[in-house]
Amino acid sequence: MRPVIQVSGVRKSYGKTVAVAEVSFEVKDGEIFGLIGPNGAGKTTTMECVEGLRTPDRGSISVLGLDPFRDVYKLQSRIGVQLQQAQLQKRIKVWEAVDLWASLYRKKARDAEHLLVQLGLTDKRDTWFMNLSGGQKQRLFIALALINDPEVVFLDELTTGLDPQSRRAIWDLVRGIRDRGKTVLLTTHLMEEAERLCDRVAIIERGRIIDIDSPERLVDRHCPERTVVLTTNAPLAEDRFRSIPGVEAVIATDMRFAIRGRGDNLVTEVIHCLSENRIRVTDFRTILPNLEDVFLKLTGHSIRE
Amino acid sequence: MMLHGLWKLTWIEIKIFLREPLGAFGTIGIPVLAFLVLGRLPNPGAAPHSLAAGNLVRVTLPVLISVLIAISAVLSLVTIISIYREGGILRRLRATPLRPQTILSAHVMVKLILTAATLALMVLAGRRYYRVGVHVPWFSFTIAVLISTCSILSIGFLIASIVPTARFAQLIGAIILYPMVAVSGILAPVESLPPALHAVARMLPLTYAVPLLQGIWNGGAWSAQVGNVAALVVVLVVCTALSTKVFRWE
Repeated sequence: MRPVIQVSGVRKSYGKTVAVAEVSFEVKDGEIFGLIGPNGAGKTTTMECVEGLRTPDRGSISVLGLDPFRDVYKLQSRIGVQLQQAQLQKRIKVWEAVDLWASLYRKKARDAEHLLVQLGLTDKRDTWFMNLSGGQKQRLFIALALINDPEVVFLDELTTGLDPQSRRAIWDLVRGIRDRGKTVLLTTHLMEEAERLCDRVAIIERGRIIDIDSPERLVDRHCPERTVVLTTNAPLAEDRFRSIPGVEAVIATDMRFAIRGRGDNLVTEVIHCLSENRIRVTDFRTILPNLEDVFLKLTGHSIRE
Repeated sequence: MMLHGLWKLTWIEIKIFLREPLGAFGTIGIPVLAFLVLGRLPNPGAAPHSLAAGNLVRVTLPVLISVLIAISAVLSLVTIISIYREGGILRRLRATPLRPQTILSAHVMVKLILTAATLALMVLAGRRYYRVGVHVPWFSFTIAVLISTCSILSIGFLIASIVPTARFAQLIGAIILYPMVAVSGILAPVESLPPALHAVARMLPLTYAVPLLQGIWNGGAWSAQVGNVAALVVVLVVCTALSTKVFRWE
């Protein structure tokens, strides 16, 4: 089956600044695909090229089989877009914005009232845009992106600046979009968001894609280290831990041990060692690396820097 | 379809504009008040036969105020376009099936509708003081004002296309547009200007808008205005063409 979005060899520069050096990826039907990386890595520029808002200097893009530049209006009617740091008219009311957007699409719009209910904006329908909170604005933008029942939804940094509670509510919404069979392309610099939301992610750094895969496989591939942390007062425990196959380091502080090793077998091996030697533990947990660690490993710096 | 979007956007923009503090009062109220106050100045009872006073009331004031309404419409448009660009509103509207022309046309429509509404109110409110103007062809005059406004608007668009920030745009707009009034022939005949200013005046749309408005206000025929209308249309076409080339969305 043909991918919904195909991007190959895209490059875009503004004057002498190269925003996107060379980016290629494909997004499959019905998945949530994330472009992740620090601010200024080229995520938004890439996304805006795919949306048809910018023309790349080089490379080719196809969305739903359409060329985003030649068929921009045909494409716009089939996609939904939420832009980073967008604003609406200060004194436009919520229902007016939804009503205006609904009138712009030929396709029968989704039931606007239902959408407002779903996004928890019903009691704000007569509120001016300028008087909405950050989370409410963001939910309104998501409503506008969904009003034409789009086949592909683009979400650019959709939870930036929101409190954790609104963030979680919006994640649920995005999962709901996918569950209705839509394809989602999103950008984020929040690794937690990418891990919880995305089926696959592309890590972008300085305008290039470093790797693409599901968050779990990226972690397995680049950060196979596992750590078991446990607490025990058994004598000689440290020596026993050191002899576990696959263990690379044991760090002991008082009765707390951090056992570091590689591969998925490490945890099983540790448990095996504990039961064989009848070592009693009062605490046991595993620390698995996450996308944050993958990013650090691949780029040599933290995503927040 | 797109016409539907145009109408909807125009209607929403009118509502939004009227919600602004001073929006309705500043655009419609002040010109109407100015018209009324100025209309009383040369007391009609005191010097009813004074030609100068009569002419001031009969022709100069209505034309001057119409021109000022047109300019304030343009300045307001320049500001709105810059604010919309700075705030990313233009960008957001562009990421829809809306054509850019539709977005900009809606703003022009808003200004034309508000200009027409102001004129209409001025006429209604001013009937008492401007009895001399009972036979003024209001419909033709409104058309003449709209043609003039479109022409000045195209200059406004060119300014809005080039100037980066809203505050700066409004300033530049005012600096360019208000002096146009001085050399437009409304205060002194264009022929009496120094040659350099005369040459400048001939390049500006107001120089053609003023005789057009005066002629129509006095009941003159459209056939006498072909040259003026043509000049205004040329300005409109040239400035619109230029601004579509240089317009920036963000």
